Amino acid sequence: MSWGRIWALNLRQLFLMRRSFARITDLFYWPLLDLFFYGFLSLYLGTEGRVPLLAGVLLGALILWDLFFRVQQAISVSFLTELWTRNLINIFVTPVTLAEFVVAMMLWGMIKISITATLMAAVAFVLYQFNIFVLGISLVPLVTSLIVFAWAVGTAITAVILRYGQSAETLAWSLAFLFQPFGAVFFPVSVYPPWLRPVLLIFPLPHIFEGMRAVLAGQPLPSPQLVWAFGLDAIYLLGAFAFFAFMFSLARRRGLLLKLQD
Amino acid sequence: MTSDAIEVQNLTKTFGTTTAIDDISFRVGAGEIVAFLGPNGAGKTTTIAILLGLIEPTRGRIRVLGRAMPQERQAVLSRVNFSSPYVALPYDLTVDENLEVFARLYGVVDRRTRLRSLADLFEVAHLWTRRTGLLSSGEMARVNLIKALLNDPEILFLDEPTAALDPAAADTVRSLLVRLKEERGITIFYTSHNMREVERLSTRIVFLHDGRIVADGAAREVVQQYGKKDLEEFFVALARSGHQGLS
Ligand SMILES: Nc1ncnc2c1ncn2[C@@H]1O[C@H](COP(=O)(O)OP(=O)(O)OP(=O)(O)O)[C@@H](O)[C@H]1O
Ligand SMILES: [Mg+2]
Repeated sequence: MSWGRIWALNLRQLFLMRRSFARITDLFYWPLLDLFFYGFLSLYLGTEGRVPLLAGVLLGALILWDLFFRVQQAISVSFLTELWTRNLINIFVTPVTLAEFVVAMMLWGMIKISITATLMAAVAFVLYQFNIFVLGISLVPLVTSLIVFAWAVGTAITAVILRYGQSAETLAWSLAFLFQPFGAVFFPVSVYPPWLRPVLLIFPLPHIFEGMRAVLAGQPLPSPQLVWAFGLDAIYLLGAFAFFAFMFSLARRRGLLLKLQD
Repeated sequence: MTSDAIEVQNLTKTFGTTTAIDDISFRVGAGEIVAFLGPNGAGKTTTIAILLGLIEPTRGRIRVLGRAMPQERQAVLSRVNFSSPYVALPYDLTVDENLEVFARLYGVVDRRTRLRSLADLFEVAHLWTRRTGLLSSGEMARVNLIKALLNDPEILFLDEPTAALDPAAADTVRSLLVRLKEERGITIFYTSHNMREVERLSTRIVFLHDGRIVADGAAREVVQQYGKKDLEEFFVALARSGHQGLS
């Protein structure tokens, strides 16, 4: 594994971002709009004394959800960028390995989200006195497991695009949202009908967001939730790697690396 | 051990029911400039992609610089390179950004010096900060070639390197290729549909038709052997006669 090559692939994305107004605004525009909308909504719900606690829960869920979605999207879009600019052949005739390529995409997800997350946390604090760091030390494992799942989803989507080309690119923007209603993101698992609950719990998101709600309610971070989240994370991430490797070998057998770009 | 730069044995590639490459074998010695010729759809690009590990062969044994492909892909790819006008560098970066990224991907030490000397060699210093997408095809071809030389490759794979170039630019590129061979003993394996270029540049031609090799040898000898006036006439006759070859 060469960090020099991994960095080179990220440098390419950084260069691109630097000269693309759209990509820079993308970093801030949607996250901020979301934050304003849910922020004011939860202010309304909170200050009128209607639903205590809800304000913090909504904002916390929003910030974590955004983190998840943005990391996944950064991965998929960085791959789409290589597809759009017909750069995959150039990349894969260099000594870059498949593992380095995937790690580079995951790192790019981290770089992008670090910028956005810092901004969102700052704005939430200034506007709503919502301090995401009250989640304190509990925030670290929650966010970590969230990012690992985002890596897995991003990598899996990328694998599908590798096989089906640009006709699958809409997945980059849509697939993650499947988890929004079914990931117990904004409301607890107990809301769902009993028969559905076990199905939802095979994904890490409900465990992560239940953990977040517990912490916001002043309880300690529940360790069973955390164990489930990381255990499932590991399975999904390994699965995503295997899926990507499989799709890549399929693409090489069918000559898709050359044809994807046409 | 052999000193062959490229060694292909019984290579076959099928895509579903299409047989793109049909049991071909050939060798390319170090320092040769081999033109890989054949009509559209003959299988040239597919063969090059297989040699570079971009396509997995159905059958056959391939060695590049003495190493098995695609098993030893990484070791091979750091010592060879590829360029084609159909595979442009990302249009949304500037020339220097693109080249810096690829210099890093190839692990070039002393990047700055290397880039500067290549920029001078190809006379593109004035394009350095221009967006790649704004270059003319000729400028693009030169930048592509710089990318292809970043790692000081021992073998250069070129797919129609002078397609889309005006005669003067094509001539410049050819002169550079000849110089690379003479100064560094680089092996060049390239495709082209320009027979005059092939006569001028190659030490040897390999002619592919419907996935099979139907002629292999020095251009002049092959032309003579088949009693043709020049390579152009030879190409047309062979392309029309099919893979039985000329009698
Ligand atoms: N990924 C693929 N899937 C299916 N068929 C393919 C694929 N790639 C190439 N082929 C087929 O294989 C044959 C060889 O194609 P190839 O691109 O290698 O030809 P070529 O000699 O480079 O032609 P040209 O001079 O037009 O560039 C063609 O019949 C082509 O349609
Ligand atoms: Mg071709």
